[in-house]
Amino acid sequence: MAYDLERYDTFDVTRYRDESPFKIHGGCGLMGICDESGALMSGDVAIRAMAVQRDRGNGLGGGFAGYGIYPEFAELFAFHMMFHDMRAKEEAEALLAASFAIEVAEPMPTRPVKGITDAPLLWRYFLAPHPEVLEEREMSAEDYVVQMVMNINARVDGAFVASSGKNMGAFKGVGYPEEIGHYFRLEEYEGHTWVGHNRFPTNTPGWWGGAHPFTLLDWSIVHNGEISSYGINARYLEQFGYTCSLGTDTEVAAYLFDLLLRRHKLPVELACKALAAPLWSDIDRMSADDAALMRSLRAVYGPGMLNGPFAIVLGFNGGMVALNDRIKLRPLVAARSGSTLMVASEEAAIRAVMTAPDVVWAPKAGEPVIGRVAGMESPVHSQLHLGAAEISCAVTGTDVSCEESLEVAV
Amino acid sequence: MIKAAVSVPPAGVIEGYRQVAPVIEREGDAATVDTTGVYFQQLNDAIRRLVADGVTTVRVTGANGQRYIGAGLRVPGVRIEVHGTAGNDTAMFMDGAEVEVFGNAQDGVGNTMSSGRVIVHGDAGDVLGYGMRGGRVFVQGDVGYRVGIHMKAYEKHVPVVVCGGKARDFFGEYMAGGVLVLLGVNTHFPEQPLVGGFTGAGMHGGVMYVRGTVEPWQCGAEVGITEACEEDLGVLRPLVEEYAEAFGEDAEAIMDGPFVRIAPVSHRPYAKLYASM
Repeated sequence: MAYDLERYDTFDVTRYRDESPFKIHGGCGLMGICDESGALMSGDVAIRAMAVQRDRGNGLGGGFAGYGIYPEFAELFAFHMMFHDMRAKEEAEALLAASFAIEVAEPMPTRPVKGITDAPLLWRYFLAPHPEVLEEREMSAEDYVVQMVMNINARVDGAFVASSGKNMGAFKGVGYPEEIGHYFRLEEYEGHTWVGHNRFPTNTPGWWGGAHPFTLLDWSIVHNGEISSYGINARYLEQFGYTCSLGTDTEVAAYLFDLLLRRHKLPVELACKALAAPLWSDIDRMSADDAALMRSLRAVYGPGMLNGPFAIVLGFNGGMVALNDRIKLRPLVAARSGSTLMVASEEAAIRAVMTAPDVVWAPKAGEPVIGRVAGMESPVHSQLHLGAAEISCAVTGTDVSCEESLEVAV
Repeated sequence: MIKAAVSVPPAGVIEGYRQVAPVIEREGDAATVDTTGVYFQQLNDAIRRLVADGVTTVRVTGANGQRYIGAGLRVPGVRIEVHGTAGNDTAMFMDGAEVEVFGNAQDGVGNTMSSGRVIVHGDAGDVLGYGMRGGRVFVQGDVGYRVGIHMKAYEKHVPVVVCGGKARDFFGEYMAGGVLVLLGVNTHFPEQPLVGGFTGAGMHGGVMYVRGTVEPWQCGAEVGITEACEEDLGVLRPLVEEYAEAFGEDAEAIMDGPFVRIAPVSHRPYAKLYASM
C-alpha cells in the first residue's frame, strides 16, 4: 500500500497544541501496607503513600482497599456498589434482595472534592445469602457471592460491584488517588492492611469501574503494567464461571487469585509461581523435584499465566502479597518497620509513611513479598473444594505422598 | 512510627508535594535548599537559578523522591548534595556537574548522562546508567535490573559505573561501550548470586568486571567470561580507588579480588546477518 504523503502536509497539528505544554511522567503507581501484628492504621496512611506518587498517574483513576475496616459487620459481605442511574440501582437491589438478607443499605459516606466529578451513585450493603438459597443450589456462600458479582457486572446495565468481601472494602473512582481518598473520607476507616493505586490508563478507558483495585470477595488487586495474556486468561477463567466484564486487563488477576487460592487452595507461594512462572531456563537449573513441580505447574496453569510487564499487590483478609513479572518490567520496592511490611512503586512512598524503616530493599522479580497478619488464616479458604495437598498432588502428578509434595521448597 | 487514625478531619486533600518555592539559605558560593514536601519542578528551578548565580555547592535537604535532580546541568565544578531519597532520573543528561546522594536513589540514575560524577551512599534502582555516554557513577550498595543498559563510548568519552553491592538480571544489556564494575561487598542479599541472569545479553562493546565468580548461565550468548589480566587490573585499580575513597572503604582489600572480565566475543556479532563481508 502506498503511503498517503499528502496527508502529512495537511495534517492538523493544532489539535495537539493544547497538550504540548504538559509532560506526562506517568506509568501507574501502587502501594500496599500490612501490619502483621493486626494493629489498625487509618486510611490516611495509604493516601500519604499515594500522594507522593501522584506523577505516576494522570487523574483518570485512583483507588484503595482496606481490610479490617468493618469490625461491626465482620460476618457479613460488604458490597460497595456503583450505579450509573436509579434504574440500575433498582435492578441490582432487586437481584440482591431475592437471595440475600440485607442488614444495612446506605449511601457511601463521601465529601465534595474539587476535581471529582461525574461520580456514579455510590452505595454500600452489608448482607448475607439466605441459607435456604445456598442449600438449594448446593453452593458455599463465597461461590454464591462470586456468581452474584459476575451477574451484576455482566448483566445489569450500569451497575458495578466495587467490592464484595467481608470486613473490607474498595474505594475507587476517576481522580488522583489522594483526591479519591479524601472524597471517600478514608481517614475515618482503620485497617490492618491497605492497598492503593494511581492509574495512568493506557489501553482501556478511565472510568469509575475501571479504577483499581479490582476485587472479588476478599481479594483486591492493584496493578502497574499490562497483562498481555488477558485474552487467554479471560477464556480460561470463563471455564470456571468467571465473566470478565469491566474492560480492563487487571480484572483477570483478581479472578485468577480467587481460583488458585480459594478454590484450588494452592499455597500462595505456589500460586505466585503459576502466575509469574519461572523461565524454562531457570527451571532447568532447579533440583529434580522442584523442576518437576514447576513443569507441572506451568503445564496445568499455562492459560492462567500472566504474561507481560506487571507489579501487583494482592490484598486479602490476612495480609498481602506483592509480585513482579519474572523479568522485572515494572518498579517495586519493599520495606519493613517493626511489624509493618510495606511495598510501593517508589521508595518515596515508603518514606512518606515510615519515618525510619528497619530495612528497604528491591524484591527479586517473580518472588512474592508476603505479609501475613498474626492469628488470621492466610489466605481464607472456603470449605467446598479440594484440599491443598490434593491439589498439589494433582499438579505434580505424583501419588507417592501428598504431604511430601507440598513440602517442596518453592 | 506510623500515624494512627486522625481524629480531626483533614483540612483538604493530602498533598504529596506542594508547588511552592523551597526555602533557601545562601552563604557565599554555597546554598542549602530545604526541599521537604516541595515539588521537583520548583526544586530544580531553584538549583538552576542558584548555579546561574554563581553558587558552586548546593545542599538539598529533605529530599524524598523528587525527580530529575541535577538533570541537564552543564556546569563543571558544581556540586549538588542530596540528603534523603533521590527520585527517578537523578543526574539525567547531566554534563559536568557532581551529584552526591546521602541516601538511596530510585530508578534511572545517570540516564543518558554525558559527563560529571554521581555518588550514591546507599542502593540504587533499575536502569541505572541507561544509555550513559560519559562520566562516572559510584553506588555503595545494591543495584536493580538492567543496570548499564545501552552504555556507549566514543574516543575519550568512556562512561564508568561502579556498584558496590549485587546486581539483578540484564546487567550491561546491549552495552556498546564503557566500563561496568560490580564488587558485591555491600549487599542486602548475601545468599544470592552476585549478578542475575542475562548479564551482557546483546553486549557488543565495552567491558564488565565482576569481583567473584560468574557462571556461563548468568550471561547472554554474546559475551565470554575470563580471568581479569594485569591490563584489566590496571583499568580497574583507579576506579576501585575512587570508589573506596568515596565511601571510606579499603581499596586494597577490594583489589584482592579475584575479578572476572566479561566482554563480547565478537565486535560485530550481527555483521553477517545484515551485510556480506
